[in-house]
Order: sequence, then structure tokens, then C-alpha cells
Amino acid sequence: MTSSSNSKSELGFGTQSVHAGEARQKPNDAITDSICCASTYTFESTQSILDYLKEGHEREEYGRYGNPNEKVVERKLAALEGAEDAIVYSSGMAAIVGLLMCKLSAGDEIIFFDQCYHRSREFCVKHLSRFGVVTHQVKTGDMVAMESAINSKTKMLVSESPTNPHLTVIDLESFVAIGKRHGIETLIDSTLATPYNLKPIEWGVDYVWHSATKYMGGHNDLLAGVICGSTQKLEPVRKLRGILGSINSPHNMYLLERGLKTFALRMERHNHNGQRIAEFLESHPRVQRVYYPGLESHPSHAFAKKTMKGFSGLITFLVKDADWKQTAAIIDKCKIPRIGPSLGGVESLIEQPMVMSYFDYPSEQREQFGIYDNMIRMAVGIEDTDDLIEDLRQALETP
Amino acid sequence: MKFRTRAIHIGSEPDSTGAVVPPIYLSTTFVQPGPGDWGAFDYSRSGNPTRARVEKTIADLEGAAGSLAFSSGMAATHCAMGSLEAGSHVVAGCDMYGGTYRLLHKICNRNNISVTLVHADDSKAIAAAIRPETKMVWVESIGNPLMSVPDLEQISQITNKAGVLLAVDSTFVPPCILKPLELGADIVMHSATKYFGGHSDCLAGALSAKTPELHRQLYFIQNATGGVIGGLEAFLLHRGIKTMELRVREQSKSALAIARWLESQRSVARVLYPGLASHPDHQRAVRLMGDQFGGMVTFDVRGDIETAKRVCKATELFGLAVSCGAVESLIEQPATMSHASYDPAARAQAGIRDTLVRISVGLEDPEDLIADLDRALAIAGGA
Ligand SMILES: Cc1ncc(COP(=O)(O)O)c(C=O)c1O
Ligand SMILES: Cc1ncc(COP(=O)(O)O)c(C=O)c1O
Repeated sequence: MTSSSNSKSELGFGTQSVHAGEARQKPNDAITDSICCASTYTFESTQSILDYLKEGHEREEYGRYGNPNEKVVERKLAALEGAEDAIVYSSGMAAIVGLLMCKLSAGDEIIFFDQCYHRSREFCVKHLSRFGVVTHQVKTGDMVAMESAINSKTKMLVSESPTNPHLTVIDLESFVAIGKRHGIETLIDSTLATPYNLKPIEWGVDYVWHSATKYMGGHNDLLAGVICGSTQKLEPVRKLRGILGSINSPHNMYLLERGLKTFALRMERHNHNGQRIAEFLESHPRVQRVYYPGLESHPSHAFAKKTMKGFSGLITFLVKDADWKQTAAIIDKCKIPRIGPSLGGVESLIEQPMVMSYFDYPSEQREQFGIYDNMIRMAVGIEDTDDLIEDLRQALETP
Repeated sequence: MKFRTRAIHIGSEPDSTGAVVPPIYLSTTFVQPGPGDWGAFDYSRSGNPTRARVEKTIADLEGAAGSLAFSSGMAATHCAMGSLEAGSHVVAGCDMYGGTYRLLHKICNRNNISVTLVHADDSKAIAAAIRPETKMVWVESIGNPLMSVPDLEQISQITNKAGVLLAVDSTFVPPCILKPLELGADIVMHSATKYFGGHSDCLAGALSAKTPELHRQLYFIQNATGGVIGGLEAFLLHRGIKTMELRVREQSKSALAIARWLESQRSVARVLYPGLASHPDHQRAVRLMGDQFGGMVTFDVRGDIETAKRVCKATELFGLAVSCGAVESLIEQPATMSHASYDPAARAQAGIRDTLVRISVGLEDPEDLIADLDRALAIAGGA
């Protein structure tokens, strides 16, 4: 590889996870990147500031605008996603806020598919509205409804794929076609899929958004978000981040880079565990329904097969004839997965969406979002598959 | 629970905050309930909460009565040697990390500890070298760099009978493949810098003891001499251990594919990998380790010392560096790098040739790695 940067696209995904975006030869010949904590960067002389202002060559200036650790991660993520550029933020939410604040102005409208992370919806409905941006929600996957909601003010079409927590997979081909027909940009929250399984850019999506807190970091020990897209489209977004200040820290960026080294391995395991556990749950008499895109019974299995290589580790299921307390009792009996929000780390987590994320909502509204009292969401980690299955079995079967 | 599940959960139990990842304690000292009334932790050399967690995980994975984490593999080895009294004798395998050779011959000798080197895969030679004053047999479970595989079961019978400690440097063979304590060893040492940490970013060592008594003795030395791991490194080490089984499985698979490919190359005179049927200790390796043999492969190139140097310099994915066991693949020449601290005569006697090249196979796609070696061998041979 050349001395600058390793991002040859013909290399395998595992090779890219380890090497892409990094300098082959690093300062002091270190094999790993150093953590550069500096909040500011100095210039040799007044003349070098003037040269920098005039020529704008790449260098650091002040920590809010960028730091070397963040740049390495951005290059690595862009390479993995097959995107020209990537911008990293202090959390997934900071990333979407950073993008939408840049791209939308008063009077603009955006259209969302209705199944989505509840805070993304909350930001748009409660907060973007204060700045005069209108959010429309249409039924997830209903392309006709999405297209008919478009008007001259529509600026962006937004979806997750798969969605959280129903794991609906979007037909990206139709989704992108609508955007292109009307000259409207498209955005996919690809957090649950990751570039190991899905590359929305290859389908023509304009912006790919991830909560890198999840599979990318992979160890439940850092918060991060990323927006991927073309250099041209992202340039003003990066400038705004420098003003909003939602950049991530050098320490976190080092941990994210370290987490990405095992990205391919971990995803292979999440896919494997997810599929096996979904199949186990589907065959269990106490389970009423399983939402997992890798199951033939899942309504969007065909789109999942069309767009994805594997189906990740998030599984949602309904317990047969159980009220919320009986459902909670199953969760409380699990010995391996810990009870908590989030997903994508090496350790399995389990939760009841009705309790964890929707407790404050009236029950009719929960039903409307498809959040049922007997619903369990499990974020499958990379533990031994049989251990996890045995644990779920005892939780479901112990009286 | 199986290995991977335990690696993730044992030692990471929730504290009062519910944090799914235990906090990093950098505190050097701890406030005590009263004078002479000691809390669980008093001073970080004696014990630290972050270190205690990773020690618990390692002890569980090794099947040990207790484990101790150090600032480097050499600090761990030094602690083990610290249990020997002046005048003791050690029988050690000659296929041995250069730094251990140096410690035994240039530091421990100052305490009047003497060493006899033997081929560790020859159990009879080990038995024959034991004398009345022998206190320890030290072998590597796969020798560095010649990849010899000692018969740990047989050797532990010999050491048991002789009342001698069997200590195993199992750096090349992490516990997801082999647990020396189960085969009768008394102490296992790891340069946890390698597979345990796994990301080339923390120096660490570990000692695991079969009995609580031995653990207490080693802890006494650790606390007295102070080569302990710091809180930040303990955190990184713990984080690395969570993916160790996955990493080692993948590295073993890729290493076998690469070893087989190397064996078919005309520019390669000999390949040493215990997973190859051609390896002299292959049957024994299969018996002890099953179907995984780790990510270390060594081979002799046809040519001379310069040819080997050219190979090491020509790769683009393999980084030219010592150390091993991490996500990124590395290449080096033992004669001039990892084993340069051997005396040349001892190196020759051990069979470490100038044409030897050592690779540590990382997590890159094996096809990419083979393509890289293919190019490097062509460049080195043609120059
Ligand atoms: C699908 C999805 N998108 C976005 C987010 C927000 O990301 P973060 O928590 O990193 O801000 C989350 C998680 O919380 C999520 O699950
Ligand atoms: C087999 C073996 N033992 C011991 C060590 C020493 O460990 P450390 O470098 O962590 O001190 C090494 C590595 O350098 C090694 O390869």
C-alpha cells in the first residue's frame, strides 16, 4: 500500500476493517494510531497561517473543527460504506440533527416512514417544527403513500432499514426511484444493518446515517454517530458541525477505530446468532410472532434478501397470551442478556419496548406505533449461540 | 457457559451504576474505613478494581485458582522466576522467546539460578535434565519461533513425580485453544500483549496459578516487586478479551490456509505450522489443541539472510514489526529481530536459521494476505 492511505476498494471487507483509512506508516512508526488530545493546533509562523487561509490545505486548526483521530475513523467508515466522505459526531442523534439542521429551512417538509427510533421522530415532530419544518409520516414501506405526500416543499425522504423495532426492510430501489423522480434527497438510517450487510449508497441513497454507538463501536463503551455521503453534499454539513460543536472526542474515536478492527468478525457472528435465535424463537410454543428479516415469515423477507447480505442481531418477538407483567417476567428470568436499551455490542441486551421506550405514551398511541405489551426486543451479542438459546429456553419455560 | 460467553460476562458483572462495561479506576489509593481496618482495595499496586476484574476473567478462562495481571509479559515471567531461591536450576525449552532467554541467562543468573536448555518436544530430554536442585521446567506450548509442540501431559507427569513446578508460556496458544493447567501445568504465563489484548495497543502479562497457595505466593511477589498493569491497560485488555475467541478462530483458519499455500511455493524451503501434516509434532498438536493452532507461522525462504530480509521488506499488508497475535498481520525475521538477543551460537543450536521468516496472521481476508506474500516472495526472489 502507498504511504498515504489504505482505501483500495478491491480489498476484502475484513482487510478494510483493519486497514482502511489509516496511514501505512504512522508517526514514530507506531503500528496503531496515537490518541491526539490537543484542543488546539499551532502554526509555525504568521506566514504559515496566511498560507493555510489562502491555500486551505488539510491540517488541523482547532479541536471543534476536527482532530486526527476523528479523520482516520471518517476515512475508514467512508471506505466501508463505499461513500466518498463521512462525518462523525458525538452521538447518532447529534449526527441526524447536524444533517437536518444543515439541509432544511423554514417552510421545508420531510417525509418519514412511521416505524423509526422514537427520538428521531421526536426531534422532527417536536423540534424541527419550531423552526418551521413540517414532518409527514406515512406507513412504513408504503411507497404510494410516500409519493403522494410529496409536494413542492418536500426536501428529504427518510427511512430506517431495517426499522427499529419491527425490522421492516425497505425496498431501496423503489425508495430511491421516488426521490430521483421528484429530485428529492433520500436518507437511510442504516444502524441496524451496517455496511457489512447493506450498502445504501450502492442503491443510490444520498445520505447514510448510523448510530456508531451500536455495531460499529461494538463494545457498548462509546457513543458516536456518522453521516456518509458525497463530499460535495457533506461539505456544508461539516462546516455546520464546526459551529454546533457536536464533534466526537479523540479518546472515543480511538476506541471506535479499535472496535472497527473486528467489525467484520463481529457482524458475521451477530448475523449467525441472530438467525439461529430467531429460528429457535419462531419454533417455540410460547412465542406468538417473531420479527426478524432473515425469517421467511417476515413480511419484508423478500426485500431483505434483495438488499442485505445478513440480517444482524436485533430480534423482536411477541409472547403468546401474555400481559406486560408476564412478558416482563420472562425478561427478568434471563441470565445472560442484561436488561437495558441499546444494541450492537458484544454482550446481549434484552428489553420490553413498552417499558423501556414507550412507558409514557397512552396505550392507543403505543398500539398505533405497533408497540405491544407482550413485545420483547433482544439485541443479540456475540456470545456462544447455544448458551443464548438455552438461556432463552429456560426463561420461556420456567414457570 | 462456553468460552466466548464467559469471556464477555465473567468479570463484567454490574456494579451499582448498572454500567454494562465496568468503569476504569485510575485511582492510585483508596480511602480506608479506619487505621488498620482495610477495605477491599487499599493501594493500586496491591490491588485495583479494574485489574481485579480482568484477573477474574483470565482466571475463569484458564481454569485457574487465581490470575495476576502485569505491565508486560516479561514482568509476569520475572515474577514467576522470582519464586525461585538462589541456587535453583531451571530446565527450559530452547525454542523460546528471545526476551525469556535473556532474562534467564543475563538477569536470573545474577541470583545464581542456572538454566539447562533442551528441546521441549523431547520429554525424555526434559526428564534427563532434571537435577536435585531443579525447581522449575519452563516450556512454551508452541515454541517461538520454531513452532515445536511439547507434550504437556507427559511433561507434567515428569514434573509431578520430580516435585518440580511446570510453568508454561502459552502466549502462542490462548486458552480458547489450550488450557495448560488442565493438562497438569502449575503456572501459565501469557504475554497478554498478544492474543488477549489483540489490538497491538496494550502491553500486558498474565500469570495463572493452579492452586490458591501458588497464587498467594505469586501475588506476594507481584505486590512486592510492582510490575502491575495500570487501569487504562486493564480496561483495554478486558475489552480485547471479549473478542479473543472469535479472533483466534479466524486467525487459525487463515493461518492454516496461508501455511498450506506457502508449502506449495518453490521459493519456500520449509514451513513450520503445527496444523500442517508435515509438521513433526502435528499428531501431538491435534491431540492437545484440536483443530485450531493459532495465527503464527514460520518458514524458511530459499536463499540467504538477505533473501529473508527482502521478503520482510516487500510486503504491503503485513507490517514489518515484532510482536504478534493482533488484528493486523505482521512479518519479521527472528535472527535479526525477535531472537536477536540470543547468542548466535545458541540460535544456531536451537535451529533458528537466518533464512527464517515469522508471520503473525491477523484478521485481514486470507486471500489478500496470500496475494501480499506472493508478491513479496516474487520480489525477494527476483532481486
Ligand atoms: C436505529 C437507531 N437510530 C439512531 C439511534 C440514535 O443513536 P445514538 O443513541 O447514538 O444517539 C439509535 C439508538 O439509540 C437507533 O437505534
Ligand atoms: C512467547 C513470548 N513470551 C513472552 C513474551 C514477552 O512478553 P511482553 O513483550 O509482553 O513482555 C513474548 C513477546 O514479546 C513472546 O512472544
